[in-house]
Amino acid sequence: MVVEDKFYNLIFAIFILQFREHDMEKLFFLTFAAIAVISALAVVSVRNPVHSAIALIVCLFQVAAVFILLRSPFLAAVQVFIYVGAVMVLFLFVIMMLDIKRAVITSFLPSGRFWIIALLLLLIGEIVFTLADSKLVDIQMAQASLDGTVMEIGKAMFSTYLLPFEIVSVILLVALMAAIVMGRKEIK
Amino acid sequence: MPDVNTLIEVALIIVKVVIVSMILFSLPLPLTWLERKIAGHIQLRLGPFRVGPHGVLQPLADMIKLMFKEDITPYKADKWLFRLSPIVAMVPAFAVYATIPFGNTVTVPFINKEISLHIADMNVGILYVLAIGGITVYGIMLGGWASNSKYALLGGIRASAQMVSYEIALTFSCVGVVMIANSLSLVDIVHTQKGAILGILPNWNIFYQPLGFIIFLIAALAETNRIPFDLPEDEGTLAAGYHVEYSGMRFAFFMLTEYLAMVTVSVLSVILFFGGWNSPPLVPETLNNLIPPIFWFIGKVAVFIYFFMWLRFTLPRYRYDQLMTIGWKILLPLSLLNILITGLLLI
Repeated sequence: MVVEDKFYNLIFAIFILQFREHDMEKLFFLTFAAIAVISALAVVSVRNPVHSAIALIVCLFQVAAVFILLRSPFLAAVQVFIYVGAVMVLFLFVIMMLDIKRAVITSFLPSGRFWIIALLLLLIGEIVFTLADSKLVDIQMAQASLDGTVMEIGKAMFSTYLLPFEIVSVILLVALMAAIVMGRKEIK
Repeated sequence: MPDVNTLIEVALIIVKVVIVSMILFSLPLPLTWLERKIAGHIQLRLGPFRVGPHGVLQPLADMIKLMFKEDITPYKADKWLFRLSPIVAMVPAFAVYATIPFGNTVTVPFINKEISLHIADMNVGILYVLAIGGITVYGIMLGGWASNSKYALLGGIRASAQMVSYEIALTFSCVGVVMIANSLSLVDIVHTQKGAILGILPNWNIFYQPLGFIIFLIAALAETNRIPFDLPEDEGTLAAGYHVEYSGMRFAFFMLTEYLAMVTVSVLSVILFFGGWNSPPLVPETLNNLIPPIFWFIGKVAVFIYFFMWLRFTLPRYRYDQLMTIGWKILLPLSLLNILITGLLLI
């Protein structure tokens, strides 16, 4: 009997985090958030533009992970799909053609650009100030389940938010056409 | 005290993950042998024949060779990225299998417990597979860039442009299937393909989505960088493309990724268009009870893998401008048309 108890205790110790769901979530959130902030800082402080792009990819991944913690797997998948899978590939595609050696010499943060840091601190202060004052902090999030969100998003998009949805598509279409027009060679 | 059932669930998931990754890790061994044998027979020669009977031990010999080769990092390479990129390419190839359903639920003897043959049934399954599958391109791009070699860089740039272009057509070709199944979950997609049309034809999506399947197949071939779309590693003009500077195990990781991509594409074709683990309707009931569904699944996947290998030694390679024309001017409009037709038929 005693041996059995010890055995269970051992397993319990291994999986202890598994059973305190909220603590587990907090831990995950803190990990993701910390990595996201660190990688976001790396984006602007690393010298090599390719390394910055990689840091940005890492950051976007963490945001996707936070979406999962917010019970929105659809947004997480779309985040990875569009930002990581397409937008960043195109970024890298352009960066890869740069003359890296020249780009490395000019760095973003140090050397006489302290006003940027000052501006950054100001912005952070503003965010903290508004958040501390706003009602957003007190809102209790509904415990949504992980199922059926895709259908709900689709229904909301095509009924409640139909007009904004259509406006966004028109704007995207215009931007698309503009890109094609600007990218074309002049035909004489 | 933790609940014993939860513990069993956790243990089951770990066991599944380990089994699936072990299988995936060892899968390229028979596949390389098979590819060489098929190449040999198509070109009227024997293929590997020296190591073991009919050369079956050839992949093992190759593996030993690759493991003991010197792992060279070029002097001018970006060392950190150069070492990282084979792993960046390989991890998503494995991660995709987290949501692939291999078969229906089975009852395990001795513990008398029903287990499902997938690691996780996500309600965004197909989106997850496409999103994670698209990350492989970073390994290829960064590998090409970090090598600091002209050929490798050109290969990496070609790969990124090609994969981004074809990903769009690939995704849109899956939309038709999603519309029919009314779900993004791969398990649900397989479940809707049960039964038969008119008692003879299987109720598989290929019969509802022939155009979608053709687009999917072509785009998938381009995504896996195989002939006729293997321009990122075009040995005629780029030596070996993005992996030209790699040797030893890192090179092996790139090869592993490529073979896994082929398997993934075969698996996806079977799940999306060929009914997953569902058996054809004309198979007699007694036989159906004897053969577990996972064998149908594996059989169908094997047919597709053979098909892809067959293509490799049959078709010539496209030019790069032809590749882009096919992707943007033919496949993309056709896939949009496919969505439109599917939508009209479903009303």
